[in-house]
Amino acid sequence: MQAAVLRGGAACAGLGALVPVAYLVLRALEGGEGLVQLLQPRHLTLLGNTLALVGTVLVADTALALPAAWLLGRSELARRRGLVALVAAPVVIPGYIVALALLGLGGDYGLLARLVGWRLPRPQGLWGATLCLTLYTYPYVFLSARAALLGLDPSLEEAARSLGLSPWGVARRVVLPQLLPALRAAWLVVGLYVLGDFGAVSLLRYETYSYAVYLRYAGALDRTGAAALSLPLLGLAALGWAASRAGGGRGVGYRAGSGASRPAPRARLGWARPLALGYLALLVGLGVGLPLGTLFLWLLQDPQAVGGRALAHGLGGTAVAAGGAALLALALAFPLAHRATRGHGWGTAVLVSLPHLGHALPPFVVGLGWAFLGLRALPFLYGRLVLLLLALALYFVPLAFGPLRAAWAQLSPRLEEAARSLGHGPLGAAVRSALPGLVRGAVAGGALVFLRAATELPLTFLLSPLGFSTLATRTFAAASEALFAQAAPFALALLALALPSLVLLLRMERET
Amino acid sequence: MSFLSVQALRKRFGPVEAVREVSFAAEAGEILVLVGPSGCGKTTTLRLLAGFDRPDCGRVLVGGRDITPLPPERRGIGFVFQEYALFPHLSVEGNVAFGLRGLARAERRERVGELLAMLGIAELAPRFPHELSAGQQQRVALARALAPRPRLLLLDEPFSALDAALRRDLRAELRNFLKGLGLTAVHVTHDREEALALADVLAVMRAGRVEQVGPPEEVYNRPRTPFVAAFLGRANLWPGRVLAILNGRAEVEVAGQVLCAEAAGTAPGARGVVFFRPEWAEVGPGPFVAHVQTALFLGDHWELHASCQGLPVVLSAPCAPCAGVVPFAVTRALWLSGPEG
Repeated sequence: MQAAVLRGGAACAGLGALVPVAYLVLRALEGGEGLVQLLQPRHLTLLGNTLALVGTVLVADTALALPAAWLLGRSELARRRGLVALVAAPVVIPGYIVALALLGLGGDYGLLARLVGWRLPRPQGLWGATLCLTLYTYPYVFLSARAALLGLDPSLEEAARSLGLSPWGVARRVVLPQLLPALRAAWLVVGLYVLGDFGAVSLLRYETYSYAVYLRYAGALDRTGAAALSLPLLGLAALGWAASRAGGGRGVGYRAGSGASRPAPRARLGWARPLALGYLALLVGLGVGLPLGTLFLWLLQDPQAVGGRALAHGLGGTAVAAGGAALLALALAFPLAHRATRGHGWGTAVLVSLPHLGHALPPFVVGLGWAFLGLRALPFLYGRLVLLLLALALYFVPLAFGPLRAAWAQLSPRLEEAARSLGHGPLGAAVRSALPGLVRGAVAGGALVFLRAATELPLTFLLSPLGFSTLATRTFAAASEALFAQAAPFALALLALALPSLVLLLRMERET
Repeated sequence: MSFLSVQALRKRFGPVEAVREVSFAAEAGEILVLVGPSGCGKTTTLRLLAGFDRPDCGRVLVGGRDITPLPPERRGIGFVFQEYALFPHLSVEGNVAFGLRGLARAERRERVGELLAMLGIAELAPRFPHELSAGQQQRVALARALAPRPRLLLLDEPFSALDAALRRDLRAELRNFLKGLGLTAVHVTHDREEALALADVLAVMRAGRVEQVGPPEEVYNRPRTPFVAAFLGRANLWPGRVLAILNGRAEVEVAGQVLCAEAAGTAPGARGVVFFRPEWAEVGPGPFVAHVQTALFLGDHWELHASCQGLPVVLSAPCAPCAGVVPFAVTRALWLSGPEG
């Protein structure tokens, strides 16, 4: 009985996230004329827009993040943990808030125009979207590249020097090839992010493919058409996911020696130190200072723009949606993580990788799938809070899964067997044998899901019951009408709510 | 002027003086072995030679030229790392070809093939480092370091990751190989047997200094300090006092007896240590009496752990002792001044 609960739970978590997507694909295939529309030149242009944005953001992210990763990984600044946290902090600021801050700054009625009379052009189009997305996605590349730099074996670089390579040659032929796996992983995360981004690009009026799908769904009320249009997005995401699993060249990612690693020597910056600090300050200023500063200034402009009741309503909605999603995701991830560490065979492997595939798909498309499924097959769920919680939880299962699996992976299965021999059932044995580690893993995973679910927009936007709102949906609604003073309090409240989870996560990263 | 000349190197890491005063020299084609306990500064010395670290003072001359200010890539020195440091993203062929620049593709392939064949690992060319055993990785690391035809080869404990039997085989092979190439090499190890077997010149290091340099036989048989004596093999070190000097030999009062020891530069009345190896003593009629505590059978001989007048002594005997008390004579001894190591 207990074993069946564990297995059933794992199957739900594994398959759940893909059910709505599978339904979406079925719907798209049954409406034949929708598929024909895919070939319209306009849709190809939009697809091109999306891919162009992916490209520019990846280039800009890498160009911004690599120097910062080197400075905070291999130079004399490497020990500045506070700086590392600041440079990484934009990772918790959702794209639509950055877009809101950028929009609120420029233009005829923007903050700069009001305060000092400057009329900067409002960021929009490809460059605006690139700027906005870069500002909050570069930390992925930064963190990944920095971790890889810290893990490099310095004797490889010495070997290359002794074989006649200059420092620049070493960087190009030894360091860069070894950074590539880390960079590729970060590029994938960012690429999928850009592919699925909906809030920022729609605020900045850059017509990407997701935006077209949204218009088809909300504007033209053409569900089958919207479903058909989402197929290429699904295809791209699945392709990226598959590429990441296939991995890079042979041998990359293995450590050469087995010995204890010697820390790499830290480069002295000398006269370049002020320049380096200036560069990092610029990054932090743009990534953290700009959004926070703009929001605070708008708040000061009109402190009464939003009533306390509206704010409380939004806060309550976020707490319910994100908190509920976090608990539900933990409950689903629990049996899945148990199977992943204690199960064998390809069935387990497939089951465990399915939620990760689901997480790689654009949330907007996943949301559409749930909406269709709710309307047609589960009318008793459609428009209910349960559907939103279920969708959020299944989408974020992988985030809760990681720390839980780590907790079990550190424990020998012998402990669990000992608990069984002492009279506990499978479920009790699994829980009791790993309890302290599990609590920590659950707190970490829960915090991560809470953080991401609170700031998440497309799923919440598409699946919220009537009259239900969160800080995220209220921020977006006000921002899309250019009501910046009304958006600012919601956005700031949201960031304040996300802050404790960020602190928790940074502390966890330090421990590992 | 020697081919390799290391002059008064010093290196400090913060408060730690890793290398205090290191000087030695090797002729072209010689293998110089730096040996010492861990933490004695031998690896740091090697890294100073390679240019990975800069000395605080002192010079390194190769072929009469001061290379101290040069960066590692311009020294023409090959380095074999303790853990091999093979590039994990390159195949064996790619690793060995790494230092071959400015050569045409065909020439490069030819040189790589030649090296791999020479080391008997031609069939490994397409493999990647993680697919190799430790012994194979070691050969690839050697091939990679040799590929650009360095003037000097540095080896940092290249056998430490291998098991004892393989280590013994490779020791002979490496010496044979280096001699065949006529290459000058500096080899670092903490294994005394490996050091004695490989060296043309042996330098024993302790706490950042070279205590003695010389041919291995001489250093083994005529150590200048108790530390060197004890580090290179079993040593009996007894405190004593010089009674008289005669033809470069000292009459020493030790363990209640008078013993004649080889001595250099000492005076009557001096206090110091009498040193003899177990094989320099003969169990049988003699002035000393040992109370045997343990007798160990080591295959070709017995090793007796005993005490003599309250002093510990290790003796070597061809057969098991028939009694708990055996007499013995010391046939050769050295007088070492200074404190006991």
